[in-house]
Amino acid sequence: MEQFASNFGLLLQFPIVNLKIIIDGVMIGALFALAAYGLALVWGVMNVKNLAQGDFVIAGGYICWWFAQKGLPALLGVPIAFLVMAGIGWVVYKVVISRVIDRDLFTTLLATFGLAIIMAQMLNLMFGSDTQSVDLGYDTLYFMDGFIDVPIAKLLGVLMAAVLAIGVVLFMKYSRMGQAIRATAQDVRAARVLGINTDKVYAFTFSLNAAICGAAGAIIVMVWVIQPFYGITHSIRAFVIVTAAGLGNLPGVIAAGLGIGVLEQYGAHIFGIGYQQAIAVLLLLLVLVFRLLQQRRVRQSLQ
Amino acid sequence: MGKRAVFYLALVIFMLVAPFIFPVFKTQLATVWLMIIVALTWDMTGGQMGYNSLGNITFYGTGMYVAAVVAIALAYDVGEYTGSSGGGIYKFTEGQYFAGMFLGMLAAGLFCSVVAVVIGYITFGLRGPYFAIGTLGVAIAAGELVSNWEWVGGGQGIALPVYPGDFDDGKVLFYFLFAATGTVLFLFLKWLYTTRFGAAINAIRDDEEKAEAMGIHTLQYKLATWAMAAFFVGVAGAISAFQLIHFEPLETAYQTINLGIFMVVCALLGGKGTLWGPVVGAILFHVFKEVTWTYLLGWQWVALGALIVVTVVYFEGGVVGWLMERKPHWFSLPAKAGEAAGDDPP
Repeated sequence: MEQFASNFGLLLQFPIVNLKIIIDGVMIGALFALAAYGLALVWGVMNVKNLAQGDFVIAGGYICWWFAQKGLPALLGVPIAFLVMAGIGWVVYKVVISRVIDRDLFTTLLATFGLAIIMAQMLNLMFGSDTQSVDLGYDTLYFMDGFIDVPIAKLLGVLMAAVLAIGVVLFMKYSRMGQAIRATAQDVRAARVLGINTDKVYAFTFSLNAAICGAAGAIIVMVWVIQPFYGITHSIRAFVIVTAAGLGNLPGVIAAGLGIGVLEQYGAHIFGIGYQQAIAVLLLLLVLVFRLLQQRRVRQSLQ
Repeated sequence: MGKRAVFYLALVIFMLVAPFIFPVFKTQLATVWLMIIVALTWDMTGGQMGYNSLGNITFYGTGMYVAAVVAIALAYDVGEYTGSSGGGIYKFTEGQYFAGMFLGMLAAGLFCSVVAVVIGYITFGLRGPYFAIGTLGVAIAAGELVSNWEWVGGGQGIALPVYPGDFDDGKVLFYFLFAATGTVLFLFLKWLYTTRFGAAINAIRDDEEKAEAMGIHTLQYKLATWAMAAFFVGVAGAISAFQLIHFEPLETAYQTINLGIFMVVCALLGGKGTLWGPVVGAILFHVFKEVTWTYLLGWQWVALGALIVVTVVYFEGGVVGWLMERKPHWFSLPAKAGEAAGDDPP
């Protein structure tokens, strides 16, 4: 308890520490927002709640890491992870998701949970259970007499995340497939009547989601660490963000993503790094309870 | 004697002699009973009431800790005991051991019921997948918090005293403790599902809004059902704590992705929403798990994940659901026209 209090006191004593925590949180939160956007896409279009989301992220990270190990430029790993994960996502859709898509939601939840276990264990068998990261070898920038340090690699990561997000948004807005996806999300039957092959749209959406996650993971491995079993935490973060922001609310997803990044950094600072997973989960519970109270006011339940 | 009575009698006899005819598998058989208990209790909310929880493991872990703390507190100071992390010399007399065990079981069950009511009061406003994710969050958070709580041993967990008598006798005792709990639970559910209470929770599953409109206080029924389930899971956790001797928070007590998900798979594999489904599923699942653990070492988790996916994707009704369709007269169900198998031709 004293430890927590003194850590908290530090924040008040040196306001500059707050700034550092916020910058760190925003940089990592941008990546959370990316994975959450993929989840919101699948959730909104197909009504599938994908619990393997975090494992797609980690798998993308390992693809990038593997390429860096082979001596290829790590930055090239991001587009490669994007493409490979798009392929994996398509296979997963055809084998599993397409068969549970019209069943009750718990079935899809459990099926994707099974998938999450399979993916985490496969990664564990292939790459071992050590934490891994890729060092890009860039310098670190210092501001405010060295109190604030911003590694260029992290800045680059945020930049890539932003480029990817803008690309996806433009794609959804202007391309033919993007329009078809939005039409399917609005009304499946009407979309079918108007000649949209919704099965193809679903397959595309799911593989786009996997690809976004893969790219996010490839960036995460460059600015942070990955480990085969970190997937579930990423999934939970994505759920927190989407539950807090609501579906089809892109600014909300970005704000919630940055918010959870900052809150986690604060939690890690005050309570220590051992509580990081607990904080992500507690945030989920807080968001659920908050949304529940909101719904209760109009006598409805969260479903 | 009817066929049914013979069947039940044979089962009871097998249950009583099983640890003696398969002496090598005593602990395995005890684990089968554990799986049956957790699968049956999961099915109370998941199958019968339509609330698919992924967090029932919270009660298992909490039961373990409550039982351990009660058993230790009867003889020593808990903080000191866990602080020595097995280094100090702490002797338990036979009387202290058994008193601790039985009081621990009772305390674990009751405490877990209270926990279920508290958590349920918050989470039962969530529906469908939100409930599943919310309860999963509760289980993970509970494990993380306990593993940071030094008074109960933190991440190291707690080491309990060993069974005072012969080691093999201890195994038999734990088998019968699990078997007795499982049997009581089964008979209790067999009775419960025929009562008005059973009908009410089925109504909640089928259409909660209509059930409420018909005058059922849904929240009270939901809380009561979960509290009963939590009681039995807590007792099972308490027995496990003494059987395992040493346990730690994340991998043993709050083992979210092991037992926490196995119980759901057991119930689905056997057929959820039926009385026998979770029992059959638990037995099949445990056999599958042990076979893959023995012959597919390294890949066992992949096989288990695949089993989950295949069960939920391709095998919706489970074993009992499939049997009900094929052999309705076994379950005293009216045969569907044209599908009756043999017994009374139209």
